[in-house]
Amino acid sequence: MTKLYGAGEAQVAALRGVSVELAQGEFTAIMGPSGSGKSTLMHCLAGLDAVTAGDVFVGDLQVNGMSDKELTRMRRSQIGFIFQQFNLLPTLTAEENILLPLSIAGRKPSKDWFDRVIDTVGLAGRLAHRPTELSGGQQQRVACARALVSQPEVIFADEPTGNLDSTSGTEVLKFLQYSVRTLGQTIVMVTHDPNAASYSDRVVFLADGQIVDELREPTADTVLDMMRKIDVQARVA
Amino acid sequence: MLTATLKSLLSRKLRLVLSGLAVVLAVMFVSGSMVIRDTLGRSIDNQFTGAYVDTDLHVSLKPKVKAGTGEKAVVPPADPAMVERVAKVPGVGAAVGVVKAEGARVLGKDGRLVPGTGGPRYGESWRGEGELLSLRSGSEPRTDTEVAINAGLAKKGGFKVGDRIGVLTSEPKQTFTVAGVFGYTEGRDSIGGEQTVAFTVPVAQQLMMGEAGGFSGVKIDAASGASVASVRSALTKELGAGFEVLTGKELAKKDSDASRGVLDLMGQVLLGFAAVAVLVGIFLIVNTFSIIIAQRIKELALLRALGASRRQMINSVLLESFVVGLVSSALGLAAGVGIGALGASLLSGSIDGLAVGSLQVPASAVVTAFAVGILVTMMAALFPAMRAAKVAPIAVIRASATTDGKGRKQTWTGGVLFGLGAVLLALSLFGDSGIGMMLVGVLLVFVGVALLAPLISKPSVWALGVPFSRSLPGQLGRRNSARNPRRTAVTASAMMIGVALVTAISTVAVSAEKSVGDVVSHDLKADLMAVGESGSALSAAIDPAALAEAGRSAGVKNVAAMSFDMATVGKDKQPVVAWQDWSVARDMLGVREKQGSIGSLAAGTVVMNEATAKSRGVGVGDKITVQLQRGEPRTYKVAGIFENTALAEGLVVPWADAEAGFRAKQPSQAFFELSAGASVSEVRPQLEKHLKYSPEVSLKTKSEVLDLYSGGFAMILTVVQALLGVAMLIAVLGIVNTLALSVLERTSELGALRAIGLSRGQTIRMIMSESVVISLFGALLGIVVGGVLGLAVARAMREQGVTELSLPWSQMFTYLVGAAVVGVLASLAPARRGARLNVLRAISHG
Repeated sequence: MTKLYGAGEAQVAALRGVSVELAQGEFTAIMGPSGSGKSTLMHCLAGLDAVTAGDVFVGDLQVNGMSDKELTRMRRSQIGFIFQQFNLLPTLTAEENILLPLSIAGRKPSKDWFDRVIDTVGLAGRLAHRPTELSGGQQQRVACARALVSQPEVIFADEPTGNLDSTSGTEVLKFLQYSVRTLGQTIVMVTHDPNAASYSDRVVFLADGQIVDELREPTADTVLDMMRKIDVQARVA
Repeated sequence: MLTATLKSLLSRKLRLVLSGLAVVLAVMFVSGSMVIRDTLGRSIDNQFTGAYVDTDLHVSLKPKVKAGTGEKAVVPPADPAMVERVAKVPGVGAAVGVVKAEGARVLGKDGRLVPGTGGPRYGESWRGEGELLSLRSGSEPRTDTEVAINAGLAKKGGFKVGDRIGVLTSEPKQTFTVAGVFGYTEGRDSIGGEQTVAFTVPVAQQLMMGEAGGFSGVKIDAASGASVASVRSALTKELGAGFEVLTGKELAKKDSDASRGVLDLMGQVLLGFAAVAVLVGIFLIVNTFSIIIAQRIKELALLRALGASRRQMINSVLLESFVVGLVSSALGLAAGVGIGALGASLLSGSIDGLAVGSLQVPASAVVTAFAVGILVTMMAALFPAMRAAKVAPIAVIRASATTDGKGRKQTWTGGVLFGLGAVLLALSLFGDSGIGMMLVGVLLVFVGVALLAPLISKPSVWALGVPFSRSLPGQLGRRNSARNPRRTAVTASAMMIGVALVTAISTVAVSAEKSVGDVVSHDLKADLMAVGESGSALSAAIDPAALAEAGRSAGVKNVAAMSFDMATVGKDKQPVVAWQDWSVARDMLGVREKQGSIGSLAAGTVVMNEATAKSRGVGVGDKITVQLQRGEPRTYKVAGIFENTALAEGLVVPWADAEAGFRAKQPSQAFFELSAGASVSEVRPQLEKHLKYSPEVSLKTKSEVLDLYSGGFAMILTVVQALLGVAMLIAVLGIVNTLALSVLERTSELGALRAIGLSRGQTIRMIMSESVVISLFGALLGIVVGGVLGLAVARAMREQGVTELSLPWSQMFTYLVGAAVVGVLASLAPARRGARLNVLRAISHG
């Protein structure tokens, strides 16, 4: 994938020929210093942004070249999102927020699956509350449940712990890990926090619009080491 | 601070343009009405200049009953002795008694009236050729069966010298030979669209003044060497009060003023539009500035944190509003001049031969335009400005709150204003206070309701949204519309005002219509009525001899004929009626006795309805003095009082007095009751034959009369509905504004919704539902407020014969549907914008 912004002199390459395969049922973290292109990579993968060159597939679906209608349909069935700012609707209760993607798509929730998701995120007692009556951690768990409930092919999480204190953040990460290992969900997470990345199965490192390295079975320490290495390389270059 | 203000002003162009549009519209109507009046007014004045070039001064008796606007007073006849008396005043060169009065109507070759051309129909005494007029063909009227007519009338009726023409005056139709056709100075055919029949002096006196030897005035030439001013003061001194001494120019002005009546009406309608535009515009501006300030909380807090004082904050907002007001006023003035030019050229078509002079933009129009535009904008911006000043510096670091505060103060103010308005309304409706108090009351009620509306906006919007909640976008839209009760209320209030006004007027109209309909179908025994086409009782005349013959037709059981006029009682004007045979009329109209005896009307007695008795403060047996148009004041004994009914109004005087004292000696309406067994279709042609030479009236059945009546209301309603259109247009701007803000405020929310699968179509439907719900809420408020207002007014008009109360259900429903359509239209642009948002940028929007 290549992604260019602007034109002429002011042209900036956010992605320069990135090629990456993300496996089903895996928890992948995308890491890199700011400006490395990690968010752009995720946006292109999720069809929120169009690549300048190259192809993007979610399952068998070719994402690049899709019309707005097709993209909308894909977002409804194949993709779930978790945002840094939670992005819940203030007028809806927690339960209504969770069920929103299904209502939008005009689908009925499966009772068993819904109960299981609620059980996993531990929100059983808070379903009637509005977002303003919930803590940040609780709001993000509602957002996670919202992404999970439609059983998408893949969930994209953009700095999901960026707005949370460490305890709430850990809770959310544990829960994401659980949904991959136990529920078989595929998750792609963008983060700059080595600790967050340590909950994933695989970490892909980006620098200057290119994949520079990757780690399997990461720990916070190995991730941090790798980050330092990349940083030094960048400075030498 | 100034730079900061102007920069932020420019960065919010669109929003300001929207709120400015309301001001533009208001200013456009204000200045447009002034331009039309001035342009046409001067054109009319131009026509009349020279109408009395042959007259230095003119003396006449003061009218007994003052004329209303657009009306000409009836001048009492002056006798030859007065002409002699005037001639003896020093400085008077020549004094000639003349007759000139309105009311000579010429019948065309088809037996109908020669169509009018916007001007008066004069009957006058031949004043001889001279500076003013000259014969184009034929000669002057030499015998009592000859007349001269002006060229305008000759052309319109296709008359030439030697033709025989029928003329209606205070007497029934008489036939004359056209001896001559004359034109005026500068080759004019007519002055101000006037039609003139010039008789010999004795005939003019008899027909136009109603008595031999009577003149309408004395035309005076100043003696050579004497100045007009000095002669005038000498005349005033010699004659004293009771006389009117005018120069030729002043006479011309008086004539043109009477022709300007239509302009006044037109001007008032346009001013009404302007008032509504201003009122609705205020809501829009308040809303816009509140929105702008809510959006800029952080920016304002930053300014405060950097040391800006509250006063500076207020000044900054006021400066913004000043600039908006200034620009909008300029645009509005330009649009107003355009409308004025267009209106003037359209209107001039209705007045024959009126050459529209150059476009006149009076200085007063410019001043008013800017004063109205700037003041209204700044006043409306004051409250938001004060709120801006309250922003605490700490808000710079706090997330901006998008929900409204409680606004307890606002609720209190609203309650007080509403109460005050209701009291003023009640006082004006059921007490003696005037229309001014009523308007203030209505205004206060509107503002009060607008301030109270946030209280009910949440539940109302919630309930109104029920039909939408079946689909998800509708449900989301419904919830969104309940999020900012105050903003929703202000937006909806703009819609409320227009709908309330129209509903109120419709309510009064249908109540009046129903009342009249009830009375006509239940009480009125007449089967056929001869009434004027225009519905105006003043202008029509029925030949009494022909009427008497018609009354003897087979199948006619009874005839009642009436005449109507304005009189003076004390200092007030009082409508008076007279019936040719009151005892017949009373029975035919189903008039019910209340007090005393209304059986027959002996000489020297009057009967009246309850409303008149109340307003005059008289009871049975009391004396009442009435000044009719002609003759000395007459004192009557009140013989009886009857119940109020829409069929018989006011004060009823004996017929003999009407013949002597009314403007017209002939009846203007007649009612026919048929004998049992006679059918309308059989009798009607006979009656029509008899009334052939009374072309101003036509025969109508009960239902045709009601149609005529409804037609009048329909016309008023059309004008009022145009008013609603203007109000709705502005209300649409308000809704667009509010929605645009909602889209902006909820950008990240929209982004998230789109990211989790909301399609463009669903986004559009969501915003549309919000718009429709707000719009419906406004219309519903308007219907309720307007309905109650209308019922109150109708109730207060009970003495005027509005005995039934009725609500215009079908119209109310139409307004609701209209509001829904307006809601959809208003949402188009904001919804498009919301649907086109770039998902990615929207999510990261903050």
